[in-house]
Formats: sequence, C-alpha cells, structure tokens
Amino acid sequence: MDYAAVVGVEIFYAVAVLVLISAGLAVIFGMMRVINLAHGEFLTLGGYAAIVSHQAGVNIYLAMLVVAPLVVAVFGVLVERLIIRWLYGRLINTMLATWGLSLAMMGAMTMIFGNTTTGIATPIAGFTFGRYQLSGYNLFVILMAIVVAVGLYLALKTTRAGLIARGAMQNAEMTSAFGYSPSRVYLITFAAGSALAGLAGGVMAPLVGLNPASGANYIAKAFITVIAGGASVVSGALASAGLFGVISQTFTLLTTPAVGEIALLVVAIILLRLLPTGITGRFFKGRV
Amino acid sequence: MKLNRRTLLKGAAASAASIAMPQVVMGADNIKVGSIIDTSGIFDLYGKPMDKAVTLAIEEINESGGLLGRQLEKIDYDTQSDMALYTQYAKKLTRSDKVDVVHGGILSASREAIRPTLRKSKTLYFYNVQYEGGVCDRNIFCTGITPAQQAEVLVPETMERWGKKIYTLAADYNYGHITAKWIQHYAKENGGEVVQTDFFPLDVADFGATIAKIQDAAPDMIMSALVGGAHLSFYRQWAAAGMNKKIPMASTTMGVGNEHVVLTREEGDGIMMVYSYSKELDTPENKAFLSKWDARFGNSDDLHELAVATYQGMHLWAEGVRKADSIDREKVIEALESGVSFDAPTGKISLDAKTHHAVTSVHLIEVGDQKMNVVKSFGERQPVDTQGVCDLEANPDDNQQYEISI
Repeated sequence: MDYAAVVGVEIFYAVAVLVLISAGLAVIFGMMRVINLAHGEFLTLGGYAAIVSHQAGVNIYLAMLVVAPLVVAVFGVLVERLIIRWLYGRLINTMLATWGLSLAMMGAMTMIFGNTTTGIATPIAGFTFGRYQLSGYNLFVILMAIVVAVGLYLALKTTRAGLIARGAMQNAEMTSAFGYSPSRVYLITFAAGSALAGLAGGVMAPLVGLNPASGANYIAKAFITVIAGGASVVSGALASAGLFGVISQTFTLLTTPAVGEIALLVVAIILLRLLPTGITGRFFKGRV
Repeated sequence: MKLNRRTLLKGAAASAASIAMPQVVMGADNIKVGSIIDTSGIFDLYGKPMDKAVTLAIEEINESGGLLGRQLEKIDYDTQSDMALYTQYAKKLTRSDKVDVVHGGILSASREAIRPTLRKSKTLYFYNVQYEGGVCDRNIFCTGITPAQQAEVLVPETMERWGKKIYTLAADYNYGHITAKWIQHYAKENGGEVVQTDFFPLDVADFGATIAKIQDAAPDMIMSALVGGAHLSFYRQWAAAGMNKKIPMASTTMGVGNEHVVLTREEGDGIMMVYSYSKELDTPENKAFLSKWDARFGNSDDLHELAVATYQGMHLWAEGVRKADSIDREKVIEALESGVSFDAPTGKISLDAKTHHAVTSVHLIEVGDQKMNVVKSFGERQPVDTQGVCDLEANPDDNQQYEISI
C-alpha cells in the first residue's frame, strides 16, 4: 500500500515535470506557431539565473520563482524584438534562427559559467512515509505544475488579455481593426512563454546537475509533449504529459529506465501516426 | 672535418642561440614527445589538466638535465573532442613530426582511433586514462586504473562496513556494463549478492522511479557507476528524498569530474569510492607534486585522477628511456617490461610485463566536507582484469582489445 502511494507520487511527479518543461514551449508554439528550438537553453538560462542569484544571497524561493522567470522573460523580449519578429509566419526560418540561437546561447553560457556542472541543494527535506522515504521537493514540483496549468488556463480563458491574445493568434488583422497591436500581443506572449521556461528551469535547478548543454536533456521531451498535445495550449500539454509520464514511469518501474525512454518514444510515434494533429486535434477540440 | 670560417660562425651562432634560450624549443637533437589530447570541446574538463600534466613532467625532466643528455620537446595537438581529428593528428605526429613517443587519448574511442596508426609506424604509445581494460598490444602502455582494480577493493571493503545486499546503478555503455559485471563478480566472491542492476542512458536526468524501486528492494548499499552531468542528478534526487541517511552509497565514477565539489556537503558526505589518487593523500611525493603544480599553474582546483595518471605515464616512460639508455622503441619497451617503477604522487607505480598495464596503488576514499579523504591505502594492485585475457610475453604479436568475460 505504501509502495503504491510512493509509485503514485513518482508518476505524478513525472507528469508534473513534463507539464513544467513544456508549458513555455506550448504557449509559444501553440499560440504563435513559432517553433523555439532554443527552448532547452531558455530552461538552462533559468536554471543558471536561479543558481547564480541564490549563491549571491537571494532567498532560494525568490531565486527560483521570481528571478529565474524574470531574467528569461527579459531575454525573451530581446530575442523577440531582435530575431523572431522578422520571421513570423515563416516556420522553417524561425526554426533555423532559433537553432542558431540555441548554439550561440550554449557557447555563451560555456564562456560565462565554464564547461562544468553546478547546482544547489534542494530546500525541502525528504520525509518518511510508512517504510518509504519520499522527496518533499517532488511534491513541490507537482504543486508548481498545478499552479502553472491552472494559472495558464484562467489567464487565457477568463481575462481580457487572454481573450485578446487568443484573438490575435486567430486573426491578426481583425484584432488590429479593433485597435489592438498584434505586434505587442506577440511580444507579450513570447515573453510569457519565456518566463514559463525560466520558471521551469529555476524549479528544476536543485534536482539536476546543471551545465551549459543541459537543455538537450529536456528539449526532446518538451517537443514531443507539445506536438503530441496539439493545438490547445493547456489541455493539450496536460493530456500528453499525463499519457507520456504514466507510460515512461510504468515501464521504468516494471523493467529498466532504458525501456521507459523507448516506450515513451514508441507511444509518441504511434500517437502522431494515428492523430497527426495531436491529441487535441481530435479530442477536447476548441478548448484552451 | 676541417674547421673553416663558415662552420666556426655556425657554431658561434648556435651557442649564442642556446645562451639566449636556455630551454631550446626547436632543435634537431631534441627528443620529441607527441601529445594528443582534447583541450577544447566537451571533454576539455578532462583534457586541459592532462595537457598541463604533460607540460609539467617535460619541464621537470628538462630541468634535471633531460634524457640521455638531450632535452625533451613537446609537440601537441588539440583534438577538439572530435574523434576524426585523432587519426589525422596521429598521422601528422608520426609522418611529419616523427616523434619518439606519443602520450594521449581520453575516450576509449580516441585510443582505438590512433592505436593502429602508432603501431604501424612503430611509435611507442602511452594511454594514461582510467578505462574499461582489455587492450592487448605490445606497442601501448596503459597507465590508468581499470574496473577490477577498483571493484576488487571497493566491493569487499564496503560490504564489510554496510552489508551484503547490493543494488547497482550504472551508465548504459561499455564502461558501465563491464564495471557492473565486476561488481557482481566481487560481491559473489565475498559472499554477497547484487539484488538488482539498472542501466541508465547517459541523458537520463530523472531518477524518481528508480529511487522508489530501490526502496522496494531494500538493499544494504548502492553501487553507482553513473557517468556525466545528467547522472549527477541522481545524487541530488537521492539526497532530496533523504535516502542518503538511510542507505549508504559507493561509487566507481564519482570524483573524476570533481563531482564531490559540485555536490553540497549534505549530498556528498559519506559516499565511498576507490581511486589511485586523491589530493588529500598524505605522502611526501604527493605534497611535493601538489606544490610543484601550484607553483607552475597557480592552483590545483582542476587537478584530477586522469591528469595525475598522465604525469605518471610521462615519468614511467622517462624511467624506461633512462634504463634502456636509448630512445629506440624496442629497447625502451624491453626496459619498461623488465620492471621500472616510479615513486608517484599516487604511491609506487610500475608496469606489468604481461599486459603493459599499471601495477598501482589504490586508495579507499570517503567524501567528507567536499574532500576525498583517504580511509585506507592498498599498494601494488595488479591489473587482474586484463591479466585474465592478455599475455604479451607468450604472445607478443597480439593486437586487439579483448572483451573481458567474467
């Protein structure tokens, strides 16, 4: 019984990690149709922001939850103004540009922080559950994922800004006719997506050994989650993160971690063969 | 030879030059030492200190008068963590630079890329890195430690302290699989058992499910042969769950990339490992080595096992040349096989004639306060894994890397 609870927490945790690392990408891709291949480096930048500011004496929660998203959001604004905004509607070109950006960021971070692994300790101690030991920080990650998903849903569904954003994505000219500037909406959306990436990077920082190439560990999973999720930002990411998290953890527990990774990829391939527009292309259509 | 004005002038110029540059950089009479290491790219963390070690050893030898009355000259190439460049530079070293010996290579792949070239061109080769063992080739000397040399000491010592049930975690490639086999071998030999072995691809950074699985298996200890930055997450997540207080851990890999400094005290303290080198070794040789290193490079923060092994490989080769009283490859190999030794920072090191691998000291180490504290030292450990498959005395023309089956 205790074991079932421990396994349950681990599965929820895996799902939460997928939700967190893909939320920023989902916003940018789902709403703007921009494939940000530098997403992994955005996460890494968030991680470094959290670690560096914490080492400089900032409270760890402040570093993870405020400093990291802020730094990456500011960086996102720069990227949008300098690179992305010239390339809207040109999918291949944005991919090429952001891929170049990803390489440049990796190089720059190597120059600044060195080609070494750094990290900070988790701020929450583990606790005993029955005869098992559970990581308190995993529960915190799950909580953060819920906050992000609910917050994103409410922001898009119930606020006026969310409404305008969705409107601009569907029909930029009409939004413009109503007196809103699509260019500003794009900028804010990109900044929000970047902030979410920074948040994920910050929250994951205490759990990983961070180095300039760390983004590569996450980028593939984040992309699979977003592409398989389909057009709807929140429900798509939740549905596919839930599916992939459960599958990979179940296989990892029953067999080996290598099989867990393979199972995730196989399921993703089958899913995209059957549902080329993603889960929300068929189910939950039209949801946020 | 008749002494005329021209030769006299030449001689004067040459002696003037050698006064101006006491350490001759270019000269026909120098012994050429080829060095081929990744000093940039993703393996530069390993390669840069190794390159420093080559420099330090050459300078030391030159200051003490060189070898056979000749100065050593370093000819080095940066392979940029690119395996394709290894073959290219090995050819350059042998064909146009015509070096007398080559030291270098980091990954096994890089070694296997240049080994055939060096063998064919009859250029002596020193590979100075901890690796999986099994190379059998009369032209190469491997001075790093191999998995059995670690596991042979680490497994029984930790089992005695912690118990007989072992759970092994290893990186999912050649090195991890071989190490896992040795752990199992020595566990059985000492009356213990490995309850489970899990292999992880190098990019796995999430160990939640594994930590749950380990708890279900309830082992007495964990053996980790995890490798690289992503796997470092395991130690973090293990400590975050509070498991480091419940189940002790030993590792054959932690520490090579200075992981014990990256992990916090709470995360790293108490982990045990076996290596041939620790900066905390309290021997006169090590203290002298550290002060020389500090004096030459400012600090020894980046110093690690592989760099020390490179330094020792250079000196072992020099001992061989001294004993052979020649730079001829055949004579140097014979001298090295006849048993040369060096009082190294790690303790006395010599070479095994049968396998051309190092007979070296290893040390049981416990991480404490982000330092590798030496608990116990074990002298003259034989390369038992390679000895099981390779005998160059009986079979001098052997030329392959054996897969060691246990």
